Amino acid sequence: MTLHTLTLRQAGELLTAGEITSVELTEAVLDRIRAVDPTVKAYVTVCEEAALAEARAADRRLQTGEGLTPLTGIPYGVKDCLSTTGVRTTCSSRILEDYVPRYDATVISRLRAAGAVLVGKQNMDEFGMGSSCENSAFYPTRNPWDPARVPGGSSGGSAAAVAAEMGLFSLGEDTGGSIRMPAGFCGVTGLKPTYGRVSRYGLIALVSSFDSIGPMTHDVWDTALVTAAIAGHDPCDSTSLEAPVPDYLAGMAQERLDGVRLGVPREYFADGMEPGVRQAVEAALAHLAALGAEIREVSLPHADHAISIYYLILTAEASSNLARFDGVRFGLSEPPEGVDIIERYLQTRGKGFGAEVKRRIMLGTFALSAGYYDAYYLRAQRARTLLRQDFERAFADVDALIAPTSPTTAFPLGERIGDPLQMYLSDIYVVAANPGGACSLAVPCGYAEGLPVGMQIMGPALGEATILRIGAAYQATTDWHTARPEQLPSG
Amino acid sequence: MNQHTMDYEVVIGMEIHAELRTASKMFCGCAVVDTTVAEPNTAVCPVCVGLPGAMPVVNQRAVEQAMMVGLALNCDINAFTSFARKNYFYPDLPKGYQISQYDHPIATAGWIEVQPDEGQPARIGIRRAHMEEDTAKSFHHTTGTRGGGGYTLIDFNRSGVPLLEIVSEPDMRSVAEAYAYATKIREILRYLGVNTGDMEKGVLRFEANISIRPRGSETLGTRTEVKNLNSFRALVRSAEYEIQRQIAVVEAGGTVVQETLGWDEARGVTYSQRGKEHAHDYRYFPEPDLPPLVIDPDWVEEVRTSLPELPDAKHARFIREYGLPINDVRILVAERALADYFEAAARAHAGDAVAISKWIVGELAFLMNRDGVDIGEVKVTPVSLAALVSLVDKGTISQTSAKDVLGAMFATGRAPEDIVKEKGLVQISDEEALSQVADEVLAQHPDQVAAYLEGKENLLQWFMGQVMRATRGRAQPQTVLGLLREKLEARR
Repeated sequence: MTLHTLTLRQAGELLTAGEITSVELTEAVLDRIRAVDPTVKAYVTVCEEAALAEARAADRRLQTGEGLTPLTGIPYGVKDCLSTTGVRTTCSSRILEDYVPRYDATVISRLRAAGAVLVGKQNMDEFGMGSSCENSAFYPTRNPWDPARVPGGSSGGSAAAVAAEMGLFSLGEDTGGSIRMPAGFCGVTGLKPTYGRVSRYGLIALVSSFDSIGPMTHDVWDTALVTAAIAGHDPCDSTSLEAPVPDYLAGMAQERLDGVRLGVPREYFADGMEPGVRQAVEAALAHLAALGAEIREVSLPHADHAISIYYLILTAEASSNLARFDGVRFGLSEPPEGVDIIERYLQTRGKGFGAEVKRRIMLGTFALSAGYYDAYYLRAQRARTLLRQDFERAFADVDALIAPTSPTTAFPLGERIGDPLQMYLSDIYVVAANPGGACSLAVPCGYAEGLPVGMQIMGPALGEATILRIGAAYQATTDWHTARPEQLPSG
Repeated sequence: MNQHTMDYEVVIGMEIHAELRTASKMFCGCAVVDTTVAEPNTAVCPVCVGLPGAMPVVNQRAVEQAMMVGLALNCDINAFTSFARKNYFYPDLPKGYQISQYDHPIATAGWIEVQPDEGQPARIGIRRAHMEEDTAKSFHHTTGTRGGGGYTLIDFNRSGVPLLEIVSEPDMRSVAEAYAYATKIREILRYLGVNTGDMEKGVLRFEANISIRPRGSETLGTRTEVKNLNSFRALVRSAEYEIQRQIAVVEAGGTVVQETLGWDEARGVTYSQRGKEHAHDYRYFPEPDLPPLVIDPDWVEEVRTSLPELPDAKHARFIREYGLPINDVRILVAERALADYFEAAARAHAGDAVAISKWIVGELAFLMNRDGVDIGEVKVTPVSLAALVSLVDKGTISQTSAKDVLGAMFATGRAPEDIVKEKGLVQISDEEALSQVADEVLAQHPDQVAAYLEGKENLLQWFMGQVMRATRGRAQPQTVLGLLREKLEARR
């Protein structure tokens, strides 16, 4: 049986037709995890029993035919920053190693209500800080295309799980490229929806202003189905948008792109891009043009500043968001007894956080300090406005922007871990969408030396239907997204 | 008073933290409970315990109550108001930051007028009023089994309760003004029904910023902040102490150091909590989990029109409408329920409202004080009180009997007519009957009559007393007085 290789849509058809059961499908996925995850290490926690119980419930639902959704009975995994009742939620950090939430994130309760089957929690860079998954406090995740290479990050576990067929889809989280960049490295499809399109309630915050939860799947149609299930206003998240969720799939049957205007940001194609990446993306642009799209060069004049803007706001907000991990109410608390509160803070946070997290907390604390706030945080916010205006101006002329998801393909483990700045630059093309207010879809667009190359299709705020439609035309006429890594050793 | 080489002027500004009386907390659906009685950590949820991923949602009712206070303090209600994070570590602050307001508070630039017990009324500026969430409550145990050196328990029931911080300008020039200001704020909050004013439950907390300067100086001296004052007594005592301490420092040739002080109630002294160099850097920044609130001017007007009559307006009206003496008005207006009680009684009473007021601020207040009950618990209804006053006005009972009747009403809640009937207190105003009693009294006391006729005319009161005694207080005094005078003069 190769049920674990199915796309969500394929599996859904078989489930509703009664040809397979959710238990069979879930067991296939669990078997696959047992077989390849010792190599890939995409999961931090696998909740086998709970998954099978959910699968049995889904099967009952499938039998009666009542309340069926496209996700009923579909096994999936989520990045370990999403709160799940009764299943530990670690953010791949020692400080939360044994933390078991008492409530579900809104996206999790929506997926539960839809009948999807949660198989486990996926590895990530600790608290989302990193671009390679090497900052996990537990272990690095490997790229299923080449286990000597990183899967990208921070949603590396989620991307690798889909690529290695250990779940029919994943939920990732993208603060500055954390869905798109690993999607590109692992050859999967991923969507960073518009900020506020998907509720953040229950997502352990990295940067409250940027965090966006989105699907990672085998193709755009699966992405559309999952997005439809999780999007929409949530009264528990005051920053979630009220706008109704459109029927994404309705626009996704078109194979032509006549009349669609696509912009190519001049700044992104200047230099620093690997030749293999450039070739793949340029070929994709030619393909899109052949489908009828009009390709124009556009400018994002402040794109150079995106990394600075992003990291200033990130470190500032993260330093505050991570303050609650103090050893008082949950998570790691060191030592067991006998010290005053200051000592407890120092030991708990000293032992609980990894080096990158500490670095960013210190940077952020500094950036918010009296006397520096104006020079750093406030200035970054002003520059962010300029960046957002760049995007708005660009979207006045084009329907979407095309760019690579990273200047390189997946790099070897250990290559950049000692050089934070080099690591930050891996995100140079994806980071701007978050402060810039865009939504963005990552799709595989080719291979360079056997490694996937990713392309992102960026749209304006609430432009998901547009970019999904473009992605659908592209995937309907190419087969990059159907390739799967072959040589995973199974244990 | 100490003798000082210079005449000093005191400058005081105040910050008042008032819990708002909403059903649920500031940013979650948990009930606001009386933290002095509720079982610890029973009114909590992921949001107010600061669990990872939980997000705040603004309580509209708290915003409305904050607007009410802002309007009552003559503030501008800002059309654009937003929340900010105030970052610091403390175990009772679950998120490691407090959601507060910083550069866009809901209300700014107001004022109130206060009347100290002695001295001139003063106008005190209100710089701002802003919304925030309360912290949890720590219970420190200095000894105990856990780790030997003591331990701390935390009750999160209070965590996230809506707070309004009202910041005054440094406009107070005496402790009496500070006291009057604090009292007035409490009175207004209680009028609005947004705070119970129960100081002992901690729903209202004061902080005083105090400095001194040579009288006539325009520049402000270095201030100290006295924090966590939980009673009016603590406010007054700590401010008096701190002023004398600062004067002593200056007189000794020293300079006042800017610092945060605590108040040791038992020892009656302020003590340093932290100096300027250890001042917190709260690293304020806009709360990214809450979009700014844009307040519709129509909403402000709606709230404005829904405001109850406030103490100053009521004060003026009671004088204008009822002609009450100023001291009565002050007492009645200090509490909305008492003022309402008065008005209900005055409405039920056909005659002079001044008489009603006199009974309330006199005998009724005495009984309330004696038994430690407040107006809400008094069994005498306003209508019964009006009925009692009418019985006196009509001469049915005497003033003296009326006090006894009120005592009985206060104890039992029964109607005055029933008590009067039962006790047989109906006043004798029948001239014929009283004339008879007067004749008897005069006949029984020939010596006193003789003395009166020889010029000891103040014996008239004594005869009066005898008539009262004979009638067990029921005689109508004016009639008796007239009859006695007439009869005695007839004997000359």
